[in-house]
Amino acid sequence: MKLFRPVGSLLLGGTLAASLAACGSGTQNAAPASSASGAEDGTLTVFAAASLKQTFTELAKTFEQQHPGTKVALNFAGSSDLATQITEGAPADVFASADTKNMDKLAAASLVAGKPENFATNVLTIATPPDNPAGITSFADLAKPGVTVVVCAPQVPCGAAAQKVEAASGTTLKPASEESAVTDVLGKVVSGEADAGLVYVTDAKGAAGKVKEVPFPEAKDAVNTYPIAAVGTSAQKELGAEFIDLVTGEEGRKVLGAAGFGRP
Amino acid sequence: MSFQLEAEVAARGFGVSLALAPGETVAVLGPNGAGKSTLLSVAAGLLRPDAGRAVLDGRTLFDLPAGPWLAPHLRGTVLLAQEPLLFPHLSVLDNVAFAPRSAGAGRRSAREAARRWLAEVDALELAGRRPAELSGGQAQRVAVARALAADPQLLLLDEPLAALDVAAAPMLRRLLKRVLAGRRAVIVTHDVLDALMLADRAVVLEDGRITEDGPVRRILERPRSRFAAGLAGLNLVSGTVAGDGLLAADGAGGLTGTTVTGTPDPAAATGQPGIAVFRPAEVSVFAEPVHGSPRNTFAVTVSDVEPQGSHLRVHAGGLYADITVAAAADLDVAPGMALYFSVKATAVEIYPA
Amino acid sequence: MRPASAGPDGRAGRRRRQSAAGSPGLPRWILLPAALGFLAVLLPLAAMAARVNWSEFLPLVTSPASLTALGLSLRTAAASTLLCVVLGTPAALVLARTRFPGQQLLRALVLLPLVLPPVVGGIALLYTFGRRGLLGQTLEVLGIQIAFSTTAVVLAQTFVAMPFLVVSLEGTLRTAGNRYEAVAATLGARPTTVLTRVTLPLILPGLASGAVLSFARALGEFGATLTFAGSLEGVTRTLPLEIYLQRETDPDAAVALSLVLVAVAAVVVAVSYRKTFTGALDAAAR
Repeated sequence: MKLFRPVGSLLLGGTLAASLAACGSGTQNAAPASSASGAEDGTLTVFAAASLKQTFTELAKTFEQQHPGTKVALNFAGSSDLATQITEGAPADVFASADTKNMDKLAAASLVAGKPENFATNVLTIATPPDNPAGITSFADLAKPGVTVVVCAPQVPCGAAAQKVEAASGTTLKPASEESAVTDVLGKVVSGEADAGLVYVTDAKGAAGKVKEVPFPEAKDAVNTYPIAAVGTSAQKELGAEFIDLVTGEEGRKVLGAAGFGRP
Repeated sequence: MSFQLEAEVAARGFGVSLALAPGETVAVLGPNGAGKSTLLSVAAGLLRPDAGRAVLDGRTLFDLPAGPWLAPHLRGTVLLAQEPLLFPHLSVLDNVAFAPRSAGAGRRSAREAARRWLAEVDALELAGRRPAELSGGQAQRVAVARALAADPQLLLLDEPLAALDVAAAPMLRRLLKRVLAGRRAVIVTHDVLDALMLADRAVVLEDGRITEDGPVRRILERPRSRFAAGLAGLNLVSGTVAGDGLLAADGAGGLTGTTVTGTPDPAAATGQPGIAVFRPAEVSVFAEPVHGSPRNTFAVTVSDVEPQGSHLRVHAGGLYADITVAAAADLDVAPGMALYFSVKATAVEIYPA
Repeated sequence: MRPASAGPDGRAGRRRRQSAAGSPGLPRWILLPAALGFLAVLLPLAAMAARVNWSEFLPLVTSPASLTALGLSLRTAAASTLLCVVLGTPAALVLARTRFPGQQLLRALVLLPLVLPPVVGGIALLYTFGRRGLLGQTLEVLGIQIAFSTTAVVLAQTFVAMPFLVVSLEGTLRTAGNRYEAVAATLGARPTTVLTRVTLPLILPGLASGAVLSFARALGEFGATLTFAGSLEGVTRTLPLEIYLQRETDPDAAVALSLVLVAVAAVVVAVSYRKTFTGALDAAAR
């Protein structure tokens, strides 16, 4: 079985290198690197948690304006997927995680350059269909019989947060489904299958109009912290650091705050 | 009580009217694509004609386009095809018991009936076998038993001997002769021997129409259609009777407009449509015209030469001549060559069409 | 690397070798793209197998959550296969044995789930059986809720697996032809008798392999289930969903369970291949 590994990585590596080379040259043709910052390659690759899609897309645009000739390539996915990809050798320059656990995992693999910086927080909220058919007004209402509640599975960060809230509030939920991703929870609420779902504030804000947000005080018992760091194998740590500065700086706070993220 | 059928299938250019007396077996002869299988399918209810009517022993099978159309299983017409088509998942016994079972008999009595019919076709020892374990001849015998077990009011046979090898065919032919005696059946065949042995009457089907209808022997001795003449191994010229000759009509190959002198039937009166026939063996072949009465000489062009037993058959001008290999070698016969076919008047028979 | 030696044992193998010997053969260069083609499928499977933590394999795949998911997967796949057979066989018969206007379109539409992304299937099911769906509202009035239930899983699996049964059975029916059925009818068998005593026994091998394929497809169903049925241990979390979830926290468990799924699928495909293979031989013998 061991025999396959070198062959496999050789082949995969070769293919990856070939396709990346193709991408790189294409990018250079489209936007020649003429910046004074001395970057060897005009592209900064940022791996960011899926919940950051809207905000980081906006920040990347700002960054590109501030650094003419530089292009930010964004890759959004679940934090654990991204951590796994980086561990397997994916060429990321910056990693922004939705939880500290996956950043720690990367640090343990010596793939983090410097110290990760917390740049945002997120808390849970209740999302219901716009007409709130089950009349949910509090976290305790979710445990009422006949209410179809959907949460994240405990294995994923939003599910872990939900468990914390349950423990702190003393309310035990009987969910109809434990989804693998918070977007699936939101989807079940938007489609009206579920009476309520536990999602992040930012998710509820992003789906404004399609769901009604019912905030609850117990949410403060489970605050999710978002860390960001340069990846250890990055060839452009300088450019990466500048991007991290943008995220953690004033501009970043403004964009993140508007999307519902809290301050760390 | 009888079977009568009239049917039109426009898409296939098919239009046939046929009647069978009780216990009568009719052979349907005709070239490929003439509509023989169409006839059987229409009778069996597997093909719906555009118009027509069929009555079997007072029951209306169909009356189209407006009237009833009886489904195949309600007709009492059983089809025996060229291939045995025994159900491969059933034993021989259960194959034969299929029709009695379908008619509502219990398993035991159906199997009893099946054994009787297997015995009837000398195949009782095959009862326990699977169809895949049978030879072609055995399988067709079992298929006959299966068809008879349905107690058909009309048996439809579609070239039942065509798929059998030469060793198996005679035995099945004898079997069919036995079981068809006194049964009402339509048997499609291209083998004149089958028609002679198995049928009381024959019809010739050409291009979807019946061109001849009569006793098999009469059709073979005095064919009126080119196909029947071919079956009987005769040269046929159609035309108009003129004295002791026949003025060949259009479509008689290279003979159009020629008068064929022969021995007319007393019934053949001048001016009537008539037929002249003669055997290919009676035809002599020459490179130059031959004179001397009473003799017919036709100038023809060779279209084909093929071996036929111990002699060669020369196709020319729509006629055949059988000559010896030596004669062919002398003449150096080859396609495209101009020759003269000669036949004595005494060898030519002329009768009304 | 002689291609002629690749044939399996048995009659077909011999036949293939004979024809290979009689044919001019393939150009040698084709072996390279062929090898890459095989690798494209086999390498990822081998890579996954290489990552299995064998010392932990048994505890990982026999954990309560894994066994629950496997059991649920087998039960729901069996139920949806049954549903596929009961509903798909008549559908295949209608497609293969009748002619009506719009038949080509109907066939194309019925086969659509074959090429549809499963998540699209999930959305379609949601709008049919969901609380606010086409039938869901009526069902809700009757007190039946399908969303988040095992029934939803079975419906999702049936939706994606049905075309496999219909397409394979329709092919079998067309290959078999209707000559046996015609003979049976003239022997006096009613249409129902023809169906039960002739048609169905004749197509049984095709039906079996179609059912096996459906089962395999149902077992692997993921997207439509995730979208439509949700994910709850013992109720809707089938093995693929369990693998997806385990991947978050315990990649070793995810890999181990993936291997179990691959093994089950391989057995199913092997059985199906043998069935169609022997079926084809039987047909040839006839």
